Amino acid sequence: MSDHLSASSWTVSTRTRGSAVSMLAILALVALAFAAPLFVSRSVVQDLFFILTMLVLAQCWNLLAGYAGLVSVGQQAFVGFGAYAMFAGVSLLGMDPMAAILLGGLAALALSVPTAFFVFRLQGAYFAIGTWVIAEIVRLSLAQWKALGGGTGTSLPSGATRDMVGVRFVADLLGVRGPQATDIVCYWLALFLAVVTIGSIYKLLRSKQGLGLAAVRDNREAARSVGVDPTWTKSFVYLVAALATGLAGALIYVQKARISPDAAFSVPDWTAYVIFIVVIGGIGTIEGPIVGVIVFYILQSLLADYGSWYLLILGLIGILIMLFAPRGLWGLFADRTGLQLFPVRRILAGQPKPKDIRGSD
Amino acid sequence: MSWLDTILQGILLGGLYALFAAGLALVFGIMRLVNLAHGDLIVLAAFLILLLVSALGLNPFIAAAVALPVMFALGWALQFLVLNRTLGNDILPPLLVTFGLSVVIQNGLLEGFSADSRRISAGALETASLQIGPISIGTMPLLTFLSAVGVIVALNLVFYRTSLGRAFRATSDDSATAGLMGIRAERIFATATGLAMMVVTIAALYLGTRANFDPTMGPARLIYAFEAVIIGGLGSFWGTLAGGIIIGVAQTVGAAINPEWQILAGHIAFLLVLLVRPRGLFPRAVD
Repeated sequence: MSDHLSASSWTVSTRTRGSAVSMLAILALVALAFAAPLFVSRSVVQDLFFILTMLVLAQCWNLLAGYAGLVSVGQQAFVGFGAYAMFAGVSLLGMDPMAAILLGGLAALALSVPTAFFVFRLQGAYFAIGTWVIAEIVRLSLAQWKALGGGTGTSLPSGATRDMVGVRFVADLLGVRGPQATDIVCYWLALFLAVVTIGSIYKLLRSKQGLGLAAVRDNREAARSVGVDPTWTKSFVYLVAALATGLAGALIYVQKARISPDAAFSVPDWTAYVIFIVVIGGIGTIEGPIVGVIVFYILQSLLADYGSWYLLILGLIGILIMLFAPRGLWGLFADRTGLQLFPVRRILAGQPKPKDIRGSD
Repeated sequence: MSWLDTILQGILLGGLYALFAAGLALVFGIMRLVNLAHGDLIVLAAFLILLLVSALGLNPFIAAAVALPVMFALGWALQFLVLNRTLGNDILPPLLVTFGLSVVIQNGLLEGFSADSRRISAGALETASLQIGPISIGTMPLLTFLSAVGVIVALNLVFYRTSLGRAFRATSDDSATAGLMGIRAERIFATATGLAMMVVTIAALYLGTRANFDPTMGPARLIYAFEAVIIGGLGSFWGTLAGGIIIGVAQTVGAAINPEWQILAGHIAFLLVLLVRPRGLFPRAVD
């Protein structure tokens, strides 16, 4: 009977009424963000850089935990390893920082292969601590690397970031001094990385692989029965997240220009903050980390002077949200409005023509 | 003789790690809950003992005895009021809530006690040692190891010889059917976490008297405990002792070669076991 139904009368789409409007708004926002260095001060550019890099880390963690069900507490391994590879490229090989950022991302990707081999042997909750152990091993190993300062760390060679590709051009173009031009170039790189990361994740989730990912998350056995390979799908996501996390780590440390094992592999900075951003904003949505990073930045500006009270309050908010609103702030908002900026739910549209149904008898 | 001495110190250190691990194994065995705040709860208990010692002038062992019911109550309430809400098929809520708890405890302790490292004074016991032939064994490390053995014997007795243990096992196997027999899973879980917090208190006593501690060292203790549990195999208390000993020996041998390799050697031993025996040495539980 179904042979008589014309397949072309059905369409699967992820578009919603609001999505075209929201896409335009997002494009306008990105254009505005691109132009921001022209009319805001250097400290605002630095703050925006911080927000964008945290957003990249949060999107990566959300892809792992919210979509692939891989709760990692060890993403600092890739932040730190990417940053150290970038430092090695600049300090030891004399590379341009821009090229060294790419090296950092590739190094993190390379690290993620043996890492995946170990941690994928651990199921569920034990996966989480397994990733943490790996991060500790990488931190302790890099602390032995005397050429990069061992346990105390090192700084980028003076002038390295000033001579980075594009910095002089930006300095001449905007009429700003070297360090400020470096900040602006880093900011644009962060904006580019954030847009590419979010765009890629959105594209992935709308693709066949994304559907497979959701299927594996919702019911592993059922997904396998229709031919989705859970291990391959999860490994792919793990490697992609490592690449983007490594790029973000390398970029963050080009701007910081000083590295130490404890800072580059810090659990609070690169994992706790990131987890709270995603949980507060809403896990399992692309919008969630965006909302989360804004809330996170506001809280940080308000509470920065209170030291450890800040993390304590963040932790409490995270616990309360997980207990009482597990889909986060964006989940609360979306439930009430039905709004989706990045719709990934497939909607079946159209209907068979009446004569097609009659044709079946 | 020095190698024999190193290995013996490692075995005794393994007792401490087994104490860290036993509470984690207990909670996981019964409700499949991995508590990421486990290490921070050990440090919290150490500060509680320190507070009792310094404020009331108690002997550390008496102070730990006073802390035991307090920690039991804390664990019971934590499980009953908070963690029970997170249990289910989804692993995200328990992981993220306990991770949040870890951050909250760590920063609460930083606010309350500052980042200074502390130590619980155990008086003459700290330096006392036994001389057996050419080898001298510290009394405190020996006491730690014997306590670990005692805790594991006691946990096995509770698990397999008491009605509470039967309720633990029944709830773990099939909580719905156990419920039909009149067992209230949420209270059983709360009691299990309370019991785990008593083990944590014993671990904290030795953590605090053997070396310096500070509010930020919880996560590292969680990792040692976790490694011991995985090496031993899920669900086996004696396995956690074996796992603790492997980590302890790897650390002391690593430190004997190069002091900077101490912690790294323990982690690498863990990875090697994971490589050869992914389910641990003495697996009992299915997952």
